[in-house]
Amino acid sequence: MSKTIVATTSLAGCFGCHMSFLDIDEKILDLIELVEFNKSPIDDIKNFTKMCDIGLVEGGCCNDENVHVLKDFRAHCKILVSVGECAIMGGLPALRNTVPLQECLEEAYLNGPSVAGNNESGIIPNDPELPVILNKVYPCHEVVRMDYHLPGCPPRAELIWDALYALVTGDPLKLPYEVVKFD
Amino acid sequence: MNQLIKFKIDGKECMGEKGQNIVDAAKDNQIYIPTLCNIPGIKPRGACRICTVRVNGRLMTACTSPIAEGMEIESKSVDIENLRKAIIELLFTEGNHFCPSCERSGSCDLQALGYKYQMLIPRFKFQFTDRAVEASHPKLIKDHNRCILCKRCIRAIKDEKGRSLFAFGKRGHHVEINIDTKLSKDMTDEQALEATEICPVGAILKKERGFIEPIGQRKYDKQPIGSDIETLEH
Amino acid sequence: MNKAIDAIIKKYHQDRTRLMDILIDTQDAFGFIHESAADQIAETLDISRVDLEQTISFYHFFSQKSRGKYTVYLNDSAVAHMHGRKEVAKAFEKEAGCKFGGVTDDGLIGLFNTSCIGMNDQEPAAIVNGTVFTRLTPFRVKEIIKDIRDGVQVEDMFRASYGDGNNSLELIKAVVNNNIMKKGPVLSSDYTSGEAIKKIITQGPNDVIEEVKTSNIRGRGGAGFPTGLKWDFCRKARGEKKYVFCNADEGEPGTFKDRVIMTERPRLLFEGMAVAAYAIGAEEGILYLRYEYKYLQRFLESILEEMRYNNLLGKNIGGKKGFNFDIRIQFGAGAYVCGEESALIESAEGKRGEPRDRPPFPVEKGYLEQPTIVNNVETLCSVVKVIINGGEWYKKFGTRESTGTKLLSVSGDCRYPGVYEVEWGFSITDILEMVGAEHVQAVQVGGPSGSCIGPNEFERILGYEDLATGGSMIIINNRRDILKDIVLNFTDFFIEESCGSCTPCRTLPVLMKDKLVKIIQNKGVMQDLMDIERWSGIMKANRCGLGHTALNPILSTLKNFRHLYLDKIQKEIEFDTGFRLEEAVKIGKLVTNRN
Repeated sequence: MSKTIVATTSLAGCFGCHMSFLDIDEKILDLIELVEFNKSPIDDIKNFTKMCDIGLVEGGCCNDENVHVLKDFRAHCKILVSVGECAIMGGLPALRNTVPLQECLEEAYLNGPSVAGNNESGIIPNDPELPVILNKVYPCHEVVRMDYHLPGCPPRAELIWDALYALVTGDPLKLPYEVVKFD
Repeated sequence: MNQLIKFKIDGKECMGEKGQNIVDAAKDNQIYIPTLCNIPGIKPRGACRICTVRVNGRLMTACTSPIAEGMEIESKSVDIENLRKAIIELLFTEGNHFCPSCERSGSCDLQALGYKYQMLIPRFKFQFTDRAVEASHPKLIKDHNRCILCKRCIRAIKDEKGRSLFAFGKRGHHVEINIDTKLSKDMTDEQALEATEICPVGAILKKERGFIEPIGQRKYDKQPIGSDIETLEH
Repeated sequence: MNKAIDAIIKKYHQDRTRLMDILIDTQDAFGFIHESAADQIAETLDISRVDLEQTISFYHFFSQKSRGKYTVYLNDSAVAHMHGRKEVAKAFEKEAGCKFGGVTDDGLIGLFNTSCIGMNDQEPAAIVNGTVFTRLTPFRVKEIIKDIRDGVQVEDMFRASYGDGNNSLELIKAVVNNNIMKKGPVLSSDYTSGEAIKKIITQGPNDVIEEVKTSNIRGRGGAGFPTGLKWDFCRKARGEKKYVFCNADEGEPGTFKDRVIMTERPRLLFEGMAVAAYAIGAEEGILYLRYEYKYLQRFLESILEEMRYNNLLGKNIGGKKGFNFDIRIQFGAGAYVCGEESALIESAEGKRGEPRDRPPFPVEKGYLEQPTIVNNVETLCSVVKVIINGGEWYKKFGTRESTGTKLLSVSGDCRYPGVYEVEWGFSITDILEMVGAEHVQAVQVGGPSGSCIGPNEFERILGYEDLATGGSMIIINNRRDILKDIVLNFTDFFIEESCGSCTPCRTLPVLMKDKLVKIIQNKGVMQDLMDIERWSGIMKANRCGLGHTALNPILSTLKNFRHLYLDKIQKEIEFDTGFRLEEAVKIGKLVTNRN
C-alpha cells in the first residue's frame, strides 16, 4: 500500500501549530511509516511535485501570497484541514481587523513609538518582492473550501496526531472533551 | 412548601414547584438546559435565546417560562440542539472572540458552550465588527469585542438606590453596553469583582487581575459546562 | 439647573414612567437633548445617566447632538423610491450642501433618512421640524431649502393648498391628503358621536363583551386575535387598575389607514376606547401615537376636550354613575418595534421599546404591571359600529371566518393609491382592478413582514383564513427589480428597526443581507440559497413578531419568485466563499503606492 501524501504550510501563523505537531514525540516514527511529506517546511520541499492526499494549513490569510499558497494547496490536496485558531478564525493576526488598514500600517511604520522619527523616508515598505497586505485577515474557510478544522492555539499534539491518523486510516475520529479547546 | 407540579422533559417524568421556571425546575431534576443570560436569583430576561425549548409546538425560552402541570418540554431534540449551536455561532461571529488572548478563556461560558456543541468553525461569516476596548474606568476594563449583550451586568449590578451602573445603548446590531462613569467612580474592589464574575465572558475585567488560574485547572478545562447538574456524555 | 427643563420635568410630576414625554418635550424645545439636560433629567428622576441614555439612544427621533435648526427626515421606504426618492434626496444634498446623516457646517440644516412615515400614497415625503411635506420633487426641494435659508418658518412654507377633509382645519393645516377611495362602516359619515356610549350604559360590561364576541371581530393590526376574548381575559384579570391602550404606532411600511381614521373619525376611535374601558373596567386610556403623526396632536387634543365637554369622557360618562374614563396621548419617538404591544407598553413606561417576555401577557400584567388591553385603531372604531348595530349585523360583512371590513392602505404602482374600506373576502385580482393597477408583477401583502405574491396567487382572498393582513398593500409592476428595489430595502428596514435584544434578530438579518447583496451582484451560488433557507429557522427563536418576520422579504420572494434568484446565481460553480482577492488587496496597494 502506498503511503498517504501530506503537505503542510504556515500562512499568517506563528509556526506554533507545526511545533505542536512535532510534539507527538516518538510517534513521529509511526508517522513516517504512515505518510510521505510533500510540500512542507518539515522536509523543505518548496513546491508541490505531485497531488497530495492531505494538506494541513496553519494560519489565516493576511496577504496575497497567503491566498496564492492556500489556493495552490486547494488545487493540490484532496483534503484540506485548517489547523489552529489562526486558520480557523484569523487568530491573533486578526486582532488588526478592528483597525483600518491604513491606520494600522501608518502606526507600524510611521507613527508608532518605536519608529517615529526613525523612518526618515516616510515610506511604508513597498518593494515589489513583498506580498501585498489584505484589507482584513481572513480565516482559511472564507477564502477556499476547507474540509476539516482542528481547534486550539495550538491544537494539542494528540489532537493533530489522532486527526491525521483517522484521515489516513479512515477510522472514525473521537474528539475527547479535554482536547478540543480554542486556546 | 409550594404546590408540586408534574411535567416532562424529553419524556422524563419531572417534579417541580409551582412558579418555577423551566431552567430551574429542570436543574432540580438533574437536567441541564444551557443558559447564558440567566442569573440565578435575578429576574430572567430571555435575551440570548440559548435556553430555547419547545412546548406544544412553540419555541419558548426556558429561563422565562414557568412550568405548568402536565407540560411536555422538548429540549434535546436534534433541531433544538442545532438551533442552540447556531446561536452560539452567531455570538462568536458577531463579536471578536480571540480566545487565545482572553483572560477569561477556560472559564468563559460562551467558550464552554462552544466546546459542548463542538463548534469547530461557525457556519456564519465573521463580522469583524469594529468595537472598542475601554480602559478609562479606574477599576474595570470593558472589552466590547467580547461582549455578547446578555444584559447580565445591567440586571445584576445596581447601586444602593437601585440605579443601574450598566445600560444598553443604541439598538439593533449597533447595541452596546455602557457603564455609568459617575455612579461607578467609587466602585469598591468587591463590586468590581462582582461585575467581572457576573459577566459570562471576558467583556468586563477587573484591572490588575488576570490569568489567575493556570491552564489545566480552569473551570471548563476538564469538565463540560452543565456537568455539575447532569452527567453528560462526552 | 435649567428652568425650562425643570418645568418640563414638573409638568410630568417628576414621574420616571413619563420619561418619553419629558424627552420629547426637551427635544422639541431645544432641538436635541443636551449633555446638561440629560444630567438634570437623570438627577431629578433619580436614575443613572446610562439608564437615561439607553432610552434616548433607542429612539430614532431623539438625539444628543444638534441635528440642525431645520431637521429633514426623508422617508426611505421602497415606495418612496418608486416615486423618485433618489432624485429628491440628491436635490436635498445639493441644495443644502451636506450629505444624509449629517448637518450643514453652519448648523442650519440636518438631513436624515427615516423609516416609512405613513405617507406611501403621496411619496416622496419628508418631515421637516415636525411638519409633513408630501409629493416632493427636486424643484420643491429647491424651494424648501431657499425658504429655510430665508428664515421662513416651516408652517409658512406651503405653496400648495392644504390636503382634503380635516387636513385643512386650522388645528392641522397639513398638505397631507386622505385619499379615501372607498368607504364602509368604519369610514362612513353615518355616525353620531356618543351613540355607542348611550347604548352600553344601559347594559352591563359582560353584555358589551358578548356583543363583541358575537361579531367575531379580530384584531386589525395583523395578528388577528379575537377582540372579545382579549377583553374578556382582561376583565377577569385581577389588578388594582386596568388600562386601555390604542396602538396607533402604524409603523408597518405601506400602512397609513390609521392616520386617515384619526384625521377623519377621531371621535369614533375615542368612543371605541371608552367602550373598551367600560367593558374591562378601566379608567385610563392611552393613545400611543407615532411621532411621525405629531402634526395631528393639537387636533386630537381638541377632540378629547370636546368629548370631555360633551360628557363622553371624564367622570360619570353619559350620566352613568361610576363610568369614569379619560384618555391621554402618548407619543413614540421613532421605533417600528413599538408596534408590538408589549414593546409599546415598555415605551409608554418611559423605557426602551423592547418586547417583553411572555407570559405574563399584557391582559394579565401590562402597563405598570396592571391588566391592559392593546387594540388597533381600526379595531376600536369597528367595535363602535358593532355596539350600535349589533354583532349579528356586523357578521353580514366579510366571510365566515373574517367578519366585517378591512381598511387597506394601497400604494405603489397603481393609478389610485389611497385608503379602501372593503369587506374581507375580496381577491387580489378584485383589488388590483379597483385601484387601477396594470402589468403587475407582484403584490406585497401586509407590508415587509407579510408576503410578496405573484400573479399565480392573485385569486387568493384577503382574510384570516387565507391572506391575513394589517392592511398594507404595495403594488409592484413589471418594471421593478424586486430583489434590488424591494427585498433589499425591506431587509435594511428590519436591520434598522430590530431592538437588538434577541441574538438571532440582532445578528442574522445582517448576515442574510450580505448573502442577498452577493446574489444581486451576480456572485451568489446555489449554496447561498440553501444557507438562507436552512438558517431562516433560527429566527423562530426570537421573542417577538418582528424577530419572527424580519426575514420574510427574502424568504417569501425566494419561495414565490425563486426564478429571480436562480437567474442571478452562478451556475458553473457550486461553491464560492465570496472572497475576491482583487477587492481584498485594494487598500493595501493604495497605501503602499503599488499598482
